[in-house]
Amino acid sequence: MTQSNEVATPVETDVAIIGAGPAGLFSVFELGLLDLKAHLVDILDRPGGQCTELYPEKPIYDIPALPIVTGQELTERLMEQIKPFSPTFHFNEMATALERLDDGRWKLSTDVGTQIVARVIVIAAGGGSFMPKRPPVPGIEAYEGTSVHYAVRKMETFRGKNILIAGGGDSALDWTLNLAPIAKSLTLVHHRDGFRAAQHSVNQMRELVEQKKINFHVASVKALHGEGGQLSGVTLSGHDKKEWQLEADALLPFFGLTMKLGPIAEFGINLHENLIPVDTTRFESETPGIFAIGDIITYPGKLKLILSGFHEAALMAQAAFHICRPNEKLRFQYTTSSSSLQKKLGVS
Amino acid sequence: MKIIAKDREGKTVEIEGRDGWTIMEMLRDAGLPITAECGGACACATCHVYIEDGWYEKLSAPSDGEVDMLDMALAVQPNSRLSCQLTCSEELDGIKVTLAPE
Repeated sequence: MTQSNEVATPVETDVAIIGAGPAGLFSVFELGLLDLKAHLVDILDRPGGQCTELYPEKPIYDIPALPIVTGQELTERLMEQIKPFSPTFHFNEMATALERLDDGRWKLSTDVGTQIVARVIVIAAGGGSFMPKRPPVPGIEAYEGTSVHYAVRKMETFRGKNILIAGGGDSALDWTLNLAPIAKSLTLVHHRDGFRAAQHSVNQMRELVEQKKINFHVASVKALHGEGGQLSGVTLSGHDKKEWQLEADALLPFFGLTMKLGPIAEFGINLHENLIPVDTTRFESETPGIFAIGDIITYPGKLKLILSGFHEAALMAQAAFHICRPNEKLRFQYTTSSSSLQKKLGVS
Repeated sequence: MKIIAKDREGKTVEIEGRDGWTIMEMLRDAGLPITAECGGACACATCHVYIEDGWYEKLSAPSDGEVDMLDMALAVQPNSRLSCQLTCSEELDGIKVTLAPE
């Protein structure tokens, strides 16, 4: 093994998959039939990708043999299907760096320090990583991490601060309620006097407003004021275009998540308009050993359909086998008739 | 029907709208930079547009689902709509939309 100066011990596997959406999950099945083990990395806290993050309850009608299935059900069925192959999941982790080792294998690192050493990388990252939506306020980047936070990691950070929370969903309301007792002042701004959050949270928030413990304004954040990343105030704008200033040392915007390509763009893989061009016989990128499937790839005739991702996973697995097991012969078998495949699936 | 669409740089294009399709699909197919991440399921708020010049009032009111989902959009204004929830029809011939910032 190549020596590593890192403190964390890398885990070794055959295939490291970035993205645990339908394409990534089904890859585990196709790889598993060929005795290839997989680790999956996903920035979300659960499998399913877009299916469970964006539309868990929405029915999907174009999955072969499933006339109607929700994003949540499809994910659960895929999880059941790949269970015999016991993949390792690394949830809440973002794949941040990819490095080629001297022995030809890859080392994939994540933002929490996990290192996965694998012969083959499969990028099944869909539209990219889910990241918090950034409000279109000029210069907001300069305050991120110091005064602008898209999540609350430690509540204590906000003790005694003048906090401004923007948004009208559950995250905005929950953090309004949780941070109100420790804040010096707390203001919630939302573009309307209505919320998509749980009713009891909305009621509690309105009570706090009544008691003058917090403020609520129908407004949006127009400008940030401060120096060296430290926020001192904001300009708010109401619907009548009236603008006013407010003292604030922390801004917490909660507008949900959107997909950004993220660190994959820095992996040195050839991209075409933020998509990975692949060879459609192998579903390999232009970098040997790095495969890509699903919504993140492009080729003539590509359709962004879940079923296309499944097909791409099957062909990828065949090609990946030859890289992982260069001295073994691949025998194509059917699950209906092969007793060895049935054994792997735990059904015989 | 025609859709008059303005992109985030202020450039205006006229695109043909097909009856029964959504304005989001027309904007996307015309190559305008609209994310429409969820593909039209009213689940992501990334096809957010502003409806200009009095056209907002001519549209049927947004569903509760759309109003809720607009909470996840950025820079919402009183004339904000999600373009995946607007269906092209002759009544909307000449509708003016501007892509919202993202």
